[in-house]
Amino acid sequence: MAMDRREPLDQIKSRRDSALSALVSGVPYLAWLGIRFDRRGDELTAILPYDEKLIGNPLLPALHGGVTAAFLETTAIIELAWAAMWEDMESGRSVPDAAVSASPPRLPKTIDFTVDYLRSGLPRDAYARARVVRSGRRYASVQVEAWQDNRSRLLAQATGHFLMPQG
Amino acid sequence: MALGPDMTESDQRRIAQQFIEAIPHARALALRVDGLGAGTATISMPWAEHLVGDPRSGVVHGGVVSALMDTCCGAAVMAHPLGPASTATIDLRIDYMRSASKGQRITARAECYHMTRTVAFVRAVALDEDEQNPVAAATGAFTVER
Repeated sequence: MAMDRREPLDQIKSRRDSALSALVSGVPYLAWLGIRFDRRGDELTAILPYDEKLIGNPLLPALHGGVTAAFLETTAIIELAWAAMWEDMESGRSVPDAAVSASPPRLPKTIDFTVDYLRSGLPRDAYARARVVRSGRRYASVQVEAWQDNRSRLLAQATGHFLMPQG
Repeated sequence: MALGPDMTESDQRRIAQQFIEAIPHARALALRVDGLGAGTATISMPWAEHLVGDPRSGVVHGGVVSALMDTCCGAAVMAHPLGPASTATIDLRIDYMRSASKGQRITARAECYHMTRTVAFVRAVALDEDEQNPVAAATGAFTVER
């Protein structure tokens, strides 16, 4: 089905937001860390609001390296699932809907994930964006960057490989 | 975390547990220090509903395993006989071999196998109750602050 230029804007937005929410809201760990996603068209930005329980070094203080890794990995997985879903959703084939979905969508599985720590995480909100470098039928390679106050001063970057859900 | 040679193993473990409990995120994950040696650390974490990454299977999120591995690797660096004053992760790679079973405690074992004046090299594995089949493996480089 071709794109419908006349589809009402609120309908488009609600379809996309609902699909994103179906991906994100089913994951308890995301809710526990407080991670949410901001959407502009198909572009996602993950947001990790600061919380005291995210601290790894109370003296500095600094975010826990594991939290940074988890934030990057989560961003990569959601971006990958979102990108895979986008085409189906926009062509009107299948639309996961948080409101009606009985079972949450299948998520890609991490094969390996390498985090490059560039700066110590400040006790502030953090942001991340992922880029799907290559996505095949079975394997995908994703790059992620996280920052805090300044987009050009990265907190950490990561690259990972993922196994795509089958069937 | 000063780990002198005159301390008993249980002293060391008690101090390490206090060290862990001073870290808000380690406390939030309910991490437990199970053992410490010369450049080695064993730290475990109970399964919990809010750590689940795949609601279909109840398997904890990979990020949780990362946090456990990172903490355990850092502890192994601190427990090295050349004891740095503090440490931070430079780089950490994790290979996920399989999903950890729902409801099972995950245990990480890390070894700081080499330390220069400025950098510590660490490797680690994560296991659930099936100790013959590791859940994940990690290798990392850490800073050494004197």
